[in-house]
Amino acid sequence: MSDISANQPPFRHLLGIEGLSAPDITEILDLSDEYVAQNRQVDKKRSILGGRTQINLFFETSTRTRTSFELAGKRLGADVINMTATASAIKKGETLIDTAATLNAMHPDTLVVRHPHSGAVALLSQKMDCSVINAGDGSHEHPTQALLDALTIRRRLGHLHGLTVAICGDILHSRVARSNIMLLNIMGAHVRAIAPPTLLPGQMDRMGVDVYHNMEKGLRDVDIVMMLRLQNERMNGAYVPSTREYYHFFGLDQAKLSKAKPEALIMHPGPMNRGVEIDSELADDINRSVIREQVEMGVAVRMAVLDLLSRRPSNLPPIGPSGGPDGGAS
Amino acid sequence: MSDIAYINARLIDPASGLDSPGALLTKDGQIADLGPDLFASGTPEVAAVVDCGGRVLCPGLIDMRVFVGEPGAEHKETLASASDAAAAGGITCIIVQPNTDPVIDDVALVEYIKRQARDKASVRIHPMAAITRGLEGQQMAELGLMAEADAVAFTDADRAVADAQVMRRVLSYASAFNLLICHYPEEPALARNGVMNSGEIAMRLGLPGIPTQAETIMVERDLRLVEMTGGRYHAACLSTAQAIEAMARGKAQGLPVSAAAAVHNFAMNEEAVGQYRSFAKTAPPLRSEADRQAVVDGLADGTIDVICSCHDPQDVESKRLPFELAATGIIGLETMLPLALQLYHNGALGLSDLLAKMTSRPAELLGLRGGKLAPGAPADLLIFDPNIPWRIDEDGFHSKAKNTPYHGRPVQGRAWRTIVDGKVVYSDSAK
Repeated sequence: MSDISANQPPFRHLLGIEGLSAPDITEILDLSDEYVAQNRQVDKKRSILGGRTQINLFFETSTRTRTSFELAGKRLGADVINMTATASAIKKGETLIDTAATLNAMHPDTLVVRHPHSGAVALLSQKMDCSVINAGDGSHEHPTQALLDALTIRRRLGHLHGLTVAICGDILHSRVARSNIMLLNIMGAHVRAIAPPTLLPGQMDRMGVDVYHNMEKGLRDVDIVMMLRLQNERMNGAYVPSTREYYHFFGLDQAKLSKAKPEALIMHPGPMNRGVEIDSELADDINRSVIREQVEMGVAVRMAVLDLLSRRPSNLPPIGPSGGPDGGAS
Repeated sequence: MSDIAYINARLIDPASGLDSPGALLTKDGQIADLGPDLFASGTPEVAAVVDCGGRVLCPGLIDMRVFVGEPGAEHKETLASASDAAAAGGITCIIVQPNTDPVIDDVALVEYIKRQARDKASVRIHPMAAITRGLEGQQMAELGLMAEADAVAFTDADRAVADAQVMRRVLSYASAFNLLICHYPEEPALARNGVMNSGEIAMRLGLPGIPTQAETIMVERDLRLVEMTGGRYHAACLSTAQAIEAMARGKAQGLPVSAAAAVHNFAMNEEAVGQYRSFAKTAPPLRSEADRQAVVDGLADGTIDVICSCHDPQDVESKRLPFELAATGIIGLETMLPLALQLYHNGALGLSDLLAKMTSRPAELLGLRGGKLAPGAPADLLIFDPNIPWRIDEDGFHSKAKNTPYHGRPVQGRAWRTIVDGKVVYSDSAK
């Protein structure tokens, strides 16, 4: 459903995993590997984005994703500016387009956007002359998270093809889950979704996953256990009866994990609710948990994405009147 | 002085079943005479003769569900601009919805609309008034008094009356006056936060959905309440196979019920949302292809009585937002006729049966004098060529709003002359 041309390398934007091909993803991951090595050196800085401007525009609070993008941009030599839109600015929805027009006039080269509403980043990208990276839009996509998860798995296990990955938790509201499901399917992994029915979309099977409501069964013989965050306001009886009931049936603990393969890895996009979706000791188990590694991979993947997008030859405004995107008539 | 003869026409009157070549004579704003043999013996001695060139001459269309921004949101659409758009679409009578600011829930406001319409509009405008005060679903509005002031039916517009006890009493009370209760059938709790049809597309886009069951449950409930009270009930727009099936059962049972479908629910399906196209955000939402087909079948077998435009003007700013925040609704007055005619061209309905759903059926339900070709009826007429091909062009619209998802769509059939009270209110400049 994506505009395919927008996703032909070198990409103009990175709005989602949807539309990427296996070679595209492999190219990003290969380049990320190089940046992992670079980031482990004393001198981490390169100048390939020297003179370029990157704006991080966050309509939702975020610490790790924003910091990760900021670090990635700075290590490549870009000038990075962070903008956090206040809640009141979001409510006045028209400011999204206005904000885009304002920022566009400043000639940034890359815009990194997080927004609480699905599709908002794509809408914004239509108004920008520069590259736009989706840092999370509503319940839709969070492509760099899926890429960093894939990089983490590939570095640990050598490949993605043929692995069985269980994604557990609030899949209904999760952009991380959607991006991961798509990426893993593209790369030939088997995906299981484990959650109570209230936290699963009704048509989940249409995304090419096997659905489980029982965690012990769902975790049997999996290679990867990917936990998702469950927000507190969803545990007060609206979607599940209580925190303790959720933890009892769907929290990851040693007993449930024992059903997975002995060397199975534990992942979490963070921030974690210890004792809600994951046992605290498991989260810190250096033999099983790769949660900190995910954070490291995040910086490298974002450097790779910034690098690849910057290879697009021109940041000049398009010729003629800018096209009439709008959510509207085609 | 005001006699006009329309000759060389294909007369179609769904009310009587007439479909034949012939002529029609209007006099003082009324239809004076018509038929295949009228003027057969020669050119009439009247003030004016209009040669219809073999085009269809039928009653002017009646649109039962039109949202206008007046009063309160005149920047979106006024009664005058909606009226011009209607005339260009072959519609001679629009029924405006009461969810304005202020809400039309009082006799004075019903009269205000009538007065504004009389002074500013070129087509007939009748108000539907609120079922409950402020559309809040709690206290019954003054249904009887507003009916006396010529509110043609009652509706809470785009809201459902959630409380079954309130709805029961409304239907019960309204039955004493034989009033029509026109209900938007959507269970609000199930539809809460939803912005498009529930399903695979909503899931992939990460958008909250409105399940089809929200409509089915409400229609099923309403039918049981009609059974209980005997009130006249009209489902404002049906979009799902299950609700249409429920409606068919209600009719088979002999309940005093009727239903309409919005043009968008048979002209498009949920695929039109694509990548967050807010111009495809509608109420009821665009549904699956199976549901769309069920709407077509429901129109063909008579379960659905009426086609309405659900004309809902929105300014560009309120549509150019992330999908969840964007306003709901599309304009439809100028596209209802050609899009409905697609059902005729693809063989789903005969021309007269199709026109009945926009002329005689709404007139019967609302108790209007128009909607038919008969001596003494108002000379509200549409002359159109059902075959002329053209592309929908938003730049040619008379509506103040441009929120249409149909821009560029190839269609067939367009109004040539629209006539209200014997006077031409729209004339196609192309020919």
